[in-house]
Amino acid sequence: MRVAAQIDISASPEQVWEFIDDPERYLHFMQGMTRWETAGEQANGLGARYRMLMRVGSAEVGGVVEVTEYDEPRDMAWNSVTGIDQRGRWRVRDRTGTRLQPRSHVELRLSYGIAGAGLLGWASERLAAPTVRNNLRRSLQQLKRTVEHEQLRRSAAERRSTRASA
Amino acid sequence: MPEAPTASHDHARNGHRSDGVNTMGGLNGTAPPADVQPGPDASGLTGLAAGALRALAGAVARRIPVADLDERDPDYIRERLPGLWLLSSLYFRGEVRGLGNIPEEGPVLLVGNHSGGNLTPDSHVFTLAFCAYFGVERRFHQLAHNLVLSMPGLGTLRKFGTVAASPANMRKALDSGAVLLVYPGGDYEVHRPSWERNRVDFNGRKGFIRQALEHDVPIIPVVSIGGQETALFLSRGERLARLLALDRIFRLKVLPISIALPWGLNVGDMLGHIPLPAKITIEVLPPIHLREEFGADGSEIDIDEVYDHVIRLMQETLDALAAERRFPVLG
Repeated sequence: MRVAAQIDISASPEQVWEFIDDPERYLHFMQGMTRWETAGEQANGLGARYRMLMRVGSAEVGGVVEVTEYDEPRDMAWNSVTGIDQRGRWRVRDRTGTRLQPRSHVELRLSYGIAGAGLLGWASERLAAPTVRNNLRRSLQQLKRTVEHEQLRRSAAERRSTRASA
Repeated sequence: MPEAPTASHDHARNGHRSDGVNTMGGLNGTAPPADVQPGPDASGLTGLAAGALRALAGAVARRIPVADLDERDPDYIRERLPGLWLLSSLYFRGEVRGLGNIPEEGPVLLVGNHSGGNLTPDSHVFTLAFCAYFGVERRFHQLAHNLVLSMPGLGTLRKFGTVAASPANMRKALDSGAVLLVYPGGDYEVHRPSWERNRVDFNGRKGFIRQALEHDVPIIPVVSIGGQETALFLSRGERLARLLALDRIFRLKVLPISIALPWGLNVGDMLGHIPLPAKITIEVLPPIHLREEFGADGSEIDIDEVYDHVIRLMQETLDALAAERRFPVLG
């Protein structure tokens, strides 16, 4: 089953990437995520592994995932190593804003399932889809809020420091 | 129906002998036929009935699988998770809290209260939650009543890691580094009347504490509520079991009587029943490190004190979970 959500954020891809590349921030903006922590020594980049869990229905499902594609600040994809089968992808694209008002289009995709689970697997994937889709959608909304708030905070700090130096 | 073992579970089929842990766990479902001593009045029809029961006991005993931890099949469990998820999420609206209290690795003894008659929905909900949280790769075994494992069609439980309840199997599982789930109350607790649904009752079985001490593993209480609302449980039927000599022949001390779908009056619950869709909530408590908490000064640990502590903790949690529920079944 594949679900996706997308959103436009008033920030540059680099500024968005700063958040999605930091495993410690995931629990702050990912809806339904009960765990996202580094598994191993490598915190990010190609080959980094994370243990992640998302509450869906009566269980927290997930497992260890590994980053299989890392193209900063455009794409990051992961595949499951243990737990349920899943593939995920962050897709960040520049949306031709001005230098002062940059914009990014962010898409979060997730494919999941359990190979060999048959009809019950098919049914459970579909029944879980609304929850997962809703989690992705709200995660992006929270990411947007967090990133834009951070931009406002930084630009306010810059203005203050400019005023102070002038 | 996982449960902690009694010493009487030991016999040759399970490849072990009694180790004197005679206060532990549930009741053995079967006994070697040689154990059955016909009463002095065993003649005529009574003798015939006793003979038939002995033959049945023998047949059941032969069906009890030899414990082999290697029968646990992670791929099989993985493929069954969606079905369990559907059952747990949609039917029982399961909710499991505190799985983070279970250490990430190493052997652990999970001690639960048991509910729901022979179907034990709390076990299903917890198994799904555990396997989804830690992954099917983590070794997880449950102890079950011998009768459960010997029932036709339930052999697949072994693939989930369920083994017959016995001290030897418990030892084997803990030695392998597995997480082991036991229900010390066993069939005594699982068939308690509905009006005692919010009561933790291990019937004084303390063997799990000795095993935890022997292996130096933490005890983690797992408290569940809702299972005893899946039918109207009227009585354990202890007198009936004695009258029918089930305690002597099958070492079954209960013959539960309940009102359950689709049977109406359900005696024995041997064929199971259709459980009502009661909301199941499970809470995993922080680990109890026995030597640190009860024997820090090097003194001998008082088993009774530990038992009272575990029961008190679990009962307090069960009371809190019960206070959250507004209606039976609905939750």
